[in-house]
Amino acid sequence: MQKEVKRLDRVVIRFAGDSGDGMQLTGDRFTAETASFGNDLSTLPNFPAEIRAPAGTVLGVSSFQLHFADHDIMTPGDAPDVLVAMNPAALRANQGDLPAGATVIVNTDEFTTRSVAKAGYASNPLEDGSLSQFQVQAVPLTSTTVRALEEFDISKKDAERAKNMFALGLLSWMYNRTTESTITFLQEKFARKPEIAAANVAAFRAGYNYGDTTEAFAVSYEIAPAPLPAGTYRNISGNPALAYGLIAAAQRAGLELFLGAYPITPASDILHELAKHKRFGVRTFQAEDEIAGIGAALGASFGGGLGVTTSSGPGIALKSETIGLAVSLELPLVICDIQRGGPSTGLPTKTEQSDLLQALFGRNGEAPVPVVAAKSPSDCFYAAMEAVRIAVTYRTPVFLLSDGYLANGSEPWQVPSVDSLPTIEPGFIREPNGPDGTYLPYLRDAETLARPWAVPGTPGLEHRIGGIEKADRTGAISYDPDNHDFMVRTRQAKVDGIARSLPPLEVDDPTGDAKVLVLGWGSTYGPIGAACRRVRRAGLSVAQAHLRHLNPFPDDLGEILRRYDRVVVPEMNLGQLGMLLRAKYLVDVIGYNQVRGLPFRAAELAEVFKGVITDV
Amino acid sequence: MSEPVRREIPVTALKAKDFKTDQEVRWCPGCGDYAILAAVQGFMPELGVPKEDIVFVSGIGCSSRFPYYMNTYGMHSIHGRAPAIATGLASSRPDLSVWVVTGDGDALSIGGNHLMHALRRNANLKILLFDNRIYGLTKGQYSPTSEVGKITKSTPMGSLDSPFNPISLAIGAEASFVARTLDSDRKHLQGVLRAAAQHEGTALVQIYQNCNIFNDGAFELLKDADTRDDWTIRLEHGQPIRFGRDDVKAVVRDPATGSIRVEEHVAADDPRVVVHDAHNADPAYAFALSRLSGTDLRYTPMGVFRSVERPTYDRLLNDQLDQARAAAEPDLAGLLAGGDTWTVYQ
Ligand SMILES: Cc1ncc(C[n+]2csc(CCOP(=O)(O)OP(=O)(O)O)c2C)c(N)n1
Ligand code: SF4
Ligand SMILES: [Mg+2]
Repeated sequence: MQKEVKRLDRVVIRFAGDSGDGMQLTGDRFTAETASFGNDLSTLPNFPAEIRAPAGTVLGVSSFQLHFADHDIMTPGDAPDVLVAMNPAALRANQGDLPAGATVIVNTDEFTTRSVAKAGYASNPLEDGSLSQFQVQAVPLTSTTVRALEEFDISKKDAERAKNMFALGLLSWMYNRTTESTITFLQEKFARKPEIAAANVAAFRAGYNYGDTTEAFAVSYEIAPAPLPAGTYRNISGNPALAYGLIAAAQRAGLELFLGAYPITPASDILHELAKHKRFGVRTFQAEDEIAGIGAALGASFGGGLGVTTSSGPGIALKSETIGLAVSLELPLVICDIQRGGPSTGLPTKTEQSDLLQALFGRNGEAPVPVVAAKSPSDCFYAAMEAVRIAVTYRTPVFLLSDGYLANGSEPWQVPSVDSLPTIEPGFIREPNGPDGTYLPYLRDAETLARPWAVPGTPGLEHRIGGIEKADRTGAISYDPDNHDFMVRTRQAKVDGIARSLPPLEVDDPTGDAKVLVLGWGSTYGPIGAACRRVRRAGLSVAQAHLRHLNPFPDDLGEILRRYDRVVVPEMNLGQLGMLLRAKYLVDVIGYNQVRGLPFRAAELAEVFKGVITDV
Repeated sequence: MSEPVRREIPVTALKAKDFKTDQEVRWCPGCGDYAILAAVQGFMPELGVPKEDIVFVSGIGCSSRFPYYMNTYGMHSIHGRAPAIATGLASSRPDLSVWVVTGDGDALSIGGNHLMHALRRNANLKILLFDNRIYGLTKGQYSPTSEVGKITKSTPMGSLDSPFNPISLAIGAEASFVARTLDSDRKHLQGVLRAAAQHEGTALVQIYQNCNIFNDGAFELLKDADTRDDWTIRLEHGQPIRFGRDDVKAVVRDPATGSIRVEEHVAADDPRVVVHDAHNADPAYAFALSRLSGTDLRYTPMGVFRSVERPTYDRLLNDQLDQARAAAEPDLAGLLAGGDTWTVYQ
């Protein structure tokens, strides 16, 4: 039977199930198939903080959302067009996000009276008509999988566990994905258990064939590849991109990278990634706590390495004192904060942008630290390189801000050629720079105000530095009032002066007549960009700018802000950038703030922007 | 890169004065830190390492001002964190000779966690713990090594909490080298420094140090010519542990229980006398030695309690780098592209 194939320009699919159902793996595989097919895509994994949250409850639901299209897209999508619900809890947790008309593929086997009740439903939603506004595809996923695997010599439990591959196969048929890469993947993943590998491949194929042969699935869909710029692409999420950016920067600077870190969600994967790349001269040190992690990194920088520490909000709080020391020592150090919901332990697996002020000000004394933020998963690579450039050039600790959404979300990335990457010059000093062959560790470069970096092992440059205030030039202990005033101002001037090395801020204003500017930073780039497109499609004008540098701000920022009648600043916090802009530029910016642990929805932002525009 | 490079330079090339800096030393007159500084500066030429390859890292406290007075590379860091900072330095630069200077508050209060982990990790660090049993720099509060009942400004009715025995603590934390010495006994101090320097791995050296302002005379029992020989147990590897005037006292092992204790009037040929074995693999022995003394110093073993060989963290880490490089050359382009790529053509 020849089935109908419909063309779509974009689809949002959400896989949802128990934490133990393998939804993240299923999503990853569908993403890989989609990436190699050539669609543009963006993903949003969403999972509970507990490793094995109570099975069958709404609390334990894990999901993976994927948006893919035949054109370039900026977000993982506001609402799913298709929901795959592996059990009643998964349906209940996600039902509220579905627009009318959405397709819901449910695993009917799991809708027993007990499971339905455990999910918190008063009656079975498959029977009580509460899903009437959706197109429900009822599939007995578990039993069909088990039946398809009857001839395999595996336990019933193992057979049931393969149901996610059945679902993946079904969706792969529905969207005409290529299947080879998943088959190869399964064979490699279960290489040591060939029977399990074969069973999973069989389940995957069974799902595919189920779509092909079952009458209920009358239509499959085709989403053409997106016309991306020519080049080699891969799919990448933020944490590995950040790790690669650090490695690339260290290589381009000729420095050995030293990571001192203590495990914390959602930053741990950077430690895991860097630990795999020792051949690049990368040393990873799992410390006894966050304080030791950053301390060891700073020690490595003193020794002429590139010291890096990675953490999230609670760990950054512990590092504050050492960051202050690094400000005083004026040594390169990169502090990566993969932000999550706060305060305290907060929402460990959810995203937020609420550490901006901690990064800027979370220290005693006048302790300015440059702050750089990544705007998309693949952009973590370039943000990391920029953080290293500033740290090395200006001999300073630098904050690199990412967040849970960027860390785990993914998108296609045009792989850069190594030659196209900037080089970084560590410029170690090797000869005395003072009178009579002395070494002056705080004699500054006239342009950057950076001090020299003399590394142990260099004869004649032996010197002592510390956290006590230092005399200008000599670095000797000094309690002199005027010297302290001078040193405080000089450290500030050094950080402020980084702005001179920054390109002008790009403002996207296609019609050139916008009266409203939307200014963002960090991971809101995608949703803000998608919202601006919607506004423009509706015939209105809006300008968009996005900050890579949060400290110092680009020199032209004040002038740009004043050019517009209104400036809207959406943030996943209660208005931290907004406060800085008001304080520094006396511009009455309009904040739009959410702290739901999830990225903004483009449609919602678009309505906000339209409201401001029509109000002007 | 993994083999620590120890350059052979003539021992005579450097003098103690080469290790002095132009900084005015700011300890109180009479402070035991002066004697330790002089002993260390006097010992440094013997180390046989050029000045530029030596680094002193300290925390905060009177004792932690030490690096400013050593003409080597140095970092005066923050309270308690020196072992962590030095670990990063030593493991990324195995060619350097890295020394940590810390106090009893710095190492055992705020920095207790780092000390413990540095000891078990065994990177190539020499940790000099200046133990004056008081917080000097903050003007005389009791410390984690102060005796119970210590009257200080923060404990006007006497301190309540039991002190650490830093030697016992270090042995419990898997330290591969643990020793104790005294600020005023220059020869002994330098002997211990020598042994620590020769040890590959983390060495903890507790140095009893007099704070003549806030805890004067704390170690007088071990210094006064009238009492010191009665109470000091000198540990020398391979030697029977005899001490006291005319060596009448000894550390003996009870043949029935295996436990050790001090006995007086022990005959010269008594077979129960313990022969000191610093290389004993079983830490229980060194631990038992460390328990011979109470906080009142009545019986204080001095010298190297334990010195055993164990792979060092810096060596192991750098070996892993070498192994990784031997398996395949670093290929940045390959890393960035990863396994799954696709190409978009014009
Ligand atoms: C984070 C922090 N907390 C407290 C202090 C104050 N402080 C400085 S030194 C010190 C205790 C020093 O005692 P010890 O380590 O025994 O050194 P000593 O001065 O006796 O040589 C304290 C509490 C500090 N500098 N930093
Ligand atoms: S306070 Fe005590 S330890 Fe500190 S310098 Fe004075 S005598 Fe030495
Ligand atoms: Mg002290």
